[in-house]
Amino acid sequence: MKRLYTHFGDRVFALVLLLLALGVVALALLMAYELYRGGSLALGRFGLLGFALGREWDPALEKAFGAWPYILGTLIVSLSALSLSFFPALAAAIFAAEYAPRWLAQILNFLLDLMAAVPSVVYGLWGIFVLAPWLRDKLQLPLYLWAAEHAPGLLPLLGVPTGYGLMTAILILASMIVPYTAALARDAIALVPREHREAAYALGATRWEVMRLAILPLARGGILAGAFLALARAVGETLAVTMVIGNSHKLPYTLFGGAATMPSVIANEFTEAVEDLHLSALIAVGFLLFLVSMAVNFTAAYVLRRQERLVKGVL
Amino acid sequence: MSRERDLALRRRYWVERLMLALVALGTLLAFLVLFLVLAYALFQGAGALNLDFFLKDMRPPGEAGGGLRQAIVGTLLVDGLGLLLALPFGLAAGILLAEYPDHPLNPYLRLLSDTLNGMPAILFGLLAFILVVKPMGGFSGLSGAFALGFLMIPILARSTEGVLSLVPKEVREAGLALGLPRWRVILSLVLPTARAGLITGILLAFARAAGEAAPLLFTAFGSPLLELNPLKPMDTLPLRLFAFAISPYEDWHQKAWAAGLVLFGFITLTSLLARWASRRRF
Amino acid sequence: MVKEALDVHMESRRLVVRYGTRLGVGVGGGVSLPLYRRRITALIGPSGCGKTTFLRALNRMHDLTPSARVEGEVLLDGENIYAPGVDPVLVRRRVGMVFQKPTAFPTLSIYDNVAAGLKLVGIRDRKRLDEAVERALKAAALWEEVKDRLRAPASGLSGGQQQRLTIARALAVEPEVLLMDEPTASLDPISTQAIEDLLLTLKEQVTIVIVTHNMQQAARVSDYTAFFLNGEMVEFGPTETLFTKPQDPRTEAYITGRFG
Repeated sequence: MKRLYTHFGDRVFALVLLLLALGVVALALLMAYELYRGGSLALGRFGLLGFALGREWDPALEKAFGAWPYILGTLIVSLSALSLSFFPALAAAIFAAEYAPRWLAQILNFLLDLMAAVPSVVYGLWGIFVLAPWLRDKLQLPLYLWAAEHAPGLLPLLGVPTGYGLMTAILILASMIVPYTAALARDAIALVPREHREAAYALGATRWEVMRLAILPLARGGILAGAFLALARAVGETLAVTMVIGNSHKLPYTLFGGAATMPSVIANEFTEAVEDLHLSALIAVGFLLFLVSMAVNFTAAYVLRRQERLVKGVL
Repeated sequence: MSRERDLALRRRYWVERLMLALVALGTLLAFLVLFLVLAYALFQGAGALNLDFFLKDMRPPGEAGGGLRQAIVGTLLVDGLGLLLALPFGLAAGILLAEYPDHPLNPYLRLLSDTLNGMPAILFGLLAFILVVKPMGGFSGLSGAFALGFLMIPILARSTEGVLSLVPKEVREAGLALGLPRWRVILSLVLPTARAGLITGILLAFARAAGEAAPLLFTAFGSPLLELNPLKPMDTLPLRLFAFAISPYEDWHQKAWAAGLVLFGFITLTSLLARWASRRRF
Repeated sequence: MVKEALDVHMESRRLVVRYGTRLGVGVGGGVSLPLYRRRITALIGPSGCGKTTFLRALNRMHDLTPSARVEGEVLLDGENIYAPGVDPVLVRRRVGMVFQKPTAFPTLSIYDNVAAGLKLVGIRDRKRLDEAVERALKAAALWEEVKDRLRAPASGLSGGQQQRLTIARALAVEPEVLLMDEPTASLDPISTQAIEDLLLTLKEQVTIVIVTHNMQQAARVSDYTAFFLNGEMVEFGPTETLFTKPQDPRTEAYITGRFG
């Protein structure tokens, strides 16, 4: 009698657990479905490819909606930010994992956690009031004036030096995504089995040589996964970028000039969109953002899983 | 032979020093912005941080004084409500992943959970807009809670799984050996053992959601008034910070810095708490 | 045949190693032990007795552990390797080490693994590297098995082969002394046999110090044996003598299997 009861209890519990956990699956599916449905008006009007590659975004006059400026903006900003942030992040990981004494490493690890936790708006605030004006006065304006004098051909590439544009967005984003690369790289380095480190030292290698010979090759996968994770964050970063990027509808081809990314155009225009087509177009941008984000995240997960298997094989 | 070795060593030590310098420089660069942000927030915002900041609602532009009480209260309400919405799903997913490792759903659950974790927060806002704002016909704190709740579900799932998998298997085995059914073992033995870690995970999810503004831009929407009714638009600190930052008023700028400082302090506190809590071993 | 005169290659004098407040090895005034040139000296004892701790002091591996403190002296050809100003990198070139787990660098080829130590000192000349790699692989009794696939990744080798590869890698830099920390512990009996045979020929070129928890292995391979127990070096002597007529009752107890 008792056995039947406990068996029943277990069954019920497992069922409840399963149903609730399916909520996660439901969330992902719901997001894909609703975003697609919400954007279907615009996607139907312009076609998926037409929408993604269209260059005109004019809610007022033309009623044309092409998301390419924002896709391009997202790609440029994210990839540039990743490139800029990669080496400092790797350096911080190496320093925390190998060179720093334990007390310092713990502080650095805490600071990395902190960096990842600081809200986007706070970085954005600093970007608006500190970074953008500084860049404009100390870098962009002098460069612009110099180019006006000596290399006027460069001017169209530079754009108007307001301080609110691609350059500032890239710099701020780079600072924000450092902890993601750094944390995973640090973990990957720490996971390299002790024997490999020691074998390299036993050969008479210096500290850096041990890093180069034994540690970094084995930590490669984790470092790469960290880079993909950072890219995923960069792609989705909204507020900080919106606050400093200048928000233009045109294709981003100037260094100083304004631009926009997929999240930033949604953030900027959503509450103002009155027409169904405009709203649908913005949701469609959200759908594209969803696809891009999925792709990058999947790649990150795949790389990480491969790395885990490699290390397990070595162990 | 020895001479040759000497030369090689000199060059190698030179490389060693160079790499150390590069690594140190890179590390400094990596942390530079964090320090600058903190410094400016302290500089600019400390002045506006007084008791009024926490006790008074905001004033129209041009009127000095006032505070951001409505935003602080709103943050706690929207975030708290969202947490309540997310808890059953996130915890259940985490328990399933950790306690039933052979379940066929698990690989998909884990993959989707990790993917959702990396999703841009604004997309959760879009989903909440479609599911809640549209049918309701207007912005509301409730829709904001949904948006934040969606955000928190995968975070909770992952942290719960992580914490539960640290509970030594002896705990489960002891319970089962006593004749307890599995669900009792989980609820009465495993979960309480992991209590500190679970609470830490919940706290971190709460803190992460508290700093989000993007998902709330078109759900909770923001409000200058103190609002306790979740069916009406509500203000949160990050929303208010954003609105003040892009406004043209100096006084509001300073309040924005103060808000930034409060947020910074909050996440520092929760991060420290999380570190301290995870130091305890079972 | 004239027997080569016994010559002390390395020796420890009152060596003590501490980890923080805990004593790793050196109870009873420190370990003073001679290591004879071109002989195999085995260090035996139950787990945790300090034999590995002692071994690692011989090539300054404890430098890598922040909490470790080494007292006393280790002389290599009469010079103390712990004297201030001595570069551990140079010490480790003369005193090589092979570990329990085969640690072939998995991302490198077989050739690059063996040449790793040579490339570190900047030897780039292809011919020199080729010769050295062949010499080392032959000395490690691995040449015949891999000579046709030197560029293949080292991760494709079996455990026994990988361990011989790490031996070849250690030998390539032509050390005077080779320290081995339970080199056959994770290998199957056939690979173990192969490596034991290898050691007997190797000792004509290098002085070998081997830590082993396998008494029979020590008896088979070594010329001299030191028995460690609870951080103390209890007895040292020619292998045959130590195993047949041990002086210390503790040695006898260990050898006859009363504990261990």
